[in-house]
Amino acid sequence: MIDKKVSDQLASFLLCSWDDPKRQRIWTDTREDASVPTHPQPPRLSLRGITKQYPGCLANDDIHIDIAPAEIHAILGENGAGKSTLMKVIYGLVKPDRGELLWDGLPLDVKDPAHARKMGIGMVFQHFSLFDTLTVTENIALALGDDAKDLDELAEKIRTVSEKYGMAIQPDREVHTLSVGERQRVEIVRCLVQNIKLLILDEPTSVLTPQEVDTLFVTLRQLASEGCSIMFISHKLHEVKALCHKATVLRAGRVSGSCIPAEQDTTSMAKMMVGDDTPVSTTYPKTLGSKPTLQVSKLDLPSDDPFGVHLKNLNLTVNAGEIVGIAGVAGNGQEELLASLSGEHLSPAGSIVFNSVDVARLTPEKRREQGLAFVPEERLGRGAVPEMSLTENALLTGFLTKVGGKRLVQKGLVCWKKTEEFADQIIRDYKVKTAGRHAQADSLSGGNLQKFIIGREIMQNPKLLIAAHPTWGVDIGAATAIHKALIELRDQGAAILVVSEDIDELFLISDRIGAICDGQLSPLTPTPQSSIEALGRMMAGDFSAADESTGAAAATEGSTL
Amino acid sequence: MDIDLITNVLYAMVRTGTPLLIVALGELICEKSGVLNLGQEGMMLMGAVVGFIVTLTTGSLALGFFVAILAGILMSLIFGFITMELSANQVATGLALTIFGTGLSAFIGAGYVGKPVEGLDPIYIPVLTDLPIIGRMLFGQDLIVYLSFALFGGVYWFINHSRPGLILKAVGENPHSANAIGLPVFKTRYLAIVFGGAMAGLAGGYLSLAYTPLWVENMSAGRGWIALALVVFASWKAERVLLGAWLFGLASILHLVFQGLGFSVSPNLLAILPYLATILVLVVLSSNQSRNRLVAPVSLGKPFYAKS
Repeated sequence: MIDKKVSDQLASFLLCSWDDPKRQRIWTDTREDASVPTHPQPPRLSLRGITKQYPGCLANDDIHIDIAPAEIHAILGENGAGKSTLMKVIYGLVKPDRGELLWDGLPLDVKDPAHARKMGIGMVFQHFSLFDTLTVTENIALALGDDAKDLDELAEKIRTVSEKYGMAIQPDREVHTLSVGERQRVEIVRCLVQNIKLLILDEPTSVLTPQEVDTLFVTLRQLASEGCSIMFISHKLHEVKALCHKATVLRAGRVSGSCIPAEQDTTSMAKMMVGDDTPVSTTYPKTLGSKPTLQVSKLDLPSDDPFGVHLKNLNLTVNAGEIVGIAGVAGNGQEELLASLSGEHLSPAGSIVFNSVDVARLTPEKRREQGLAFVPEERLGRGAVPEMSLTENALLTGFLTKVGGKRLVQKGLVCWKKTEEFADQIIRDYKVKTAGRHAQADSLSGGNLQKFIIGREIMQNPKLLIAAHPTWGVDIGAATAIHKALIELRDQGAAILVVSEDIDELFLISDRIGAICDGQLSPLTPTPQSSIEALGRMMAGDFSAADESTGAAAATEGSTL
Repeated sequence: MDIDLITNVLYAMVRTGTPLLIVALGELICEKSGVLNLGQEGMMLMGAVVGFIVTLTTGSLALGFFVAILAGILMSLIFGFITMELSANQVATGLALTIFGTGLSAFIGAGYVGKPVEGLDPIYIPVLTDLPIIGRMLFGQDLIVYLSFALFGGVYWFINHSRPGLILKAVGENPHSANAIGLPVFKTRYLAIVFGGAMAGLAGGYLSLAYTPLWVENMSAGRGWIALALVVFASWKAERVLLGAWLFGLASILHLVFQGLGFSVSPNLLAILPYLATILVLVVLSSNQSRNRLVAPVSLGKPFYAKS
């Protein structure tokens, strides 16, 4: 089912969207100051042969990197290339097996994060290290150590610093009331209130709308112009090109190249990242669906979780033979929407109609019997049981499936032979790299397990597939394979709903696209008529763009409900 | 109802609530760090028996209390080692600690049951003790009761106004984030566990050296469990712990009050009142899960593994 020339497509996944002229418009106009600063003094940070071995995985292998004062330096690499480990080494969270750090030309042994902060190294984590029930000031005070005795004084300082860098935050608010973008500001301000010389940002843009990304870049440039070095970890080439003076590319734990991003085209950087020789640009043909398969109308669902999001008057139609993509910054109701569609949370009667049957009050099992398949966000724990074998995991949702005309479960008894055949078939068709069907689910890499889970769902020939973040944390090869599998399922006439934070992915595979913000869903726009900018506005809660550009489409949407 | 009765009821209420207050304050700190120690009952009993034996043999109350606290600390260190170093399940370990402490204290104290010891005397403060109604309640108590007032004040200030208290809350909410920004997760949790143990030991010592004062097998009579419930009922707030402990104390002495007033209610029925009241309150409060999630330490009961 998967194209044999997956390797040919590796970089194409990366390339397809930033060569898009719409995207160029956003990124190029900010590029003029991406020049390399001169630095007569020793590098701010110099990594010399950093090596870190984990059991069964050489995370960092002899890494050399120099970062000058006032330089914005990108660390590029795919998931699993060793970027995060390297950051943790610099921040003192992980001890390297070999190699040393030079700080302003002198050897430095970072004992722990507190020591790193004392030296002027600040870090903004991909998954924020904030405490939800404490206020902004308290959160920042915790990281500052004994310097922050007077909370009122600190609050004043936070106000000053955040205004100076154009990142307004209110010091007395509790963190759980903040949006994801605001939380990131808190993390950055936490670094800025100290005397900072090197700021490390781990995939900072993955949780932001495109507009928020622009604001962040302005702040980072201002910071660099004042002499602070910035280490910008990313796998998004267009961002690196727009922001960074230099880039070091990691692949499989090694430095596979370095360059000046402004002088490179994205193709050559992508090659360094994925080690691919023949990138080909890929697009998938867009289609228009036929009859509605899933209809969600006026879905109001209050969340019983105080940190949760209430779904408000949500309308959504997914037609047979189309992929609908829903973008959104994390924590805007995606989880709640998915739980209500899968049946984990029941909804008011009549609000969810699937194939003309009201399924709103049906349990997940009953919905699956109707032909719904679901790929949850968490692979281990919800998509698969970590300690169970692939065969057993195949049975978990496949117990209604017929293999060779026979069901996997007959008269209450499991037919293990059929189940093993089913598991083998998934492994074969979806090229799951594993020791075999007896392997435990948690022994597979994230990408391979995801291929297995998606394969398991698709092989049940669902009428509707709901996939949450289908390629999150998956390498490009597996991501391409998963995209192809989804497109193939669509072309067989199934309805597919994809919820993702990866905008590039959504533009690549979706036929219609929309965004969820604070529990409200924007009208859906046919993908060719949408743009990154418009989607970004929708992600921020401004739905007027969708109405303007696709008045006709929105009207159609309305009439089908 | 005359003034004397009210004065005496208030006095007895505080006195009866004191061991519960002390052990609950210890558990509060412990739970704030994200550690659920169900071994309170066992630690209390160990404190009670060891303190009693030492005082009986040496005649020194101070030494008795000191050793009682030490016994609680030792017991909590066992818990700390198993849950922190070996990352064992906190609930199972805590239960085991209670069973262990109950059995061991009965074994050690077998030869001391019913023996008399000179208990702690109330301290008379001129003028203040003689104040109407609240005089005896607040100023006619023994040293440990005064200490419990100070402990309450200290814990309240610590949690709400001190930097270490902020660290404690952060560790209890998200130990991984705390570790990532360089807060000492293990040290904080250990200290919280040890404080919980010390308080349980002290509360046990108070039972056998001041409240009764004598040693009877299983004399804590479920106070360790009530303290656990109390911390939840108090939404992890020190001031509510104080209120709850004294309320429990009041409920515990109600049968004496009723007898004094001439009501004929079965004393056995009244004896279950404090437990019943606590359980009822718990059920009502825990029915609102979303509220609980906002007040409870988020990672309560979850072990923390430091990644190297």
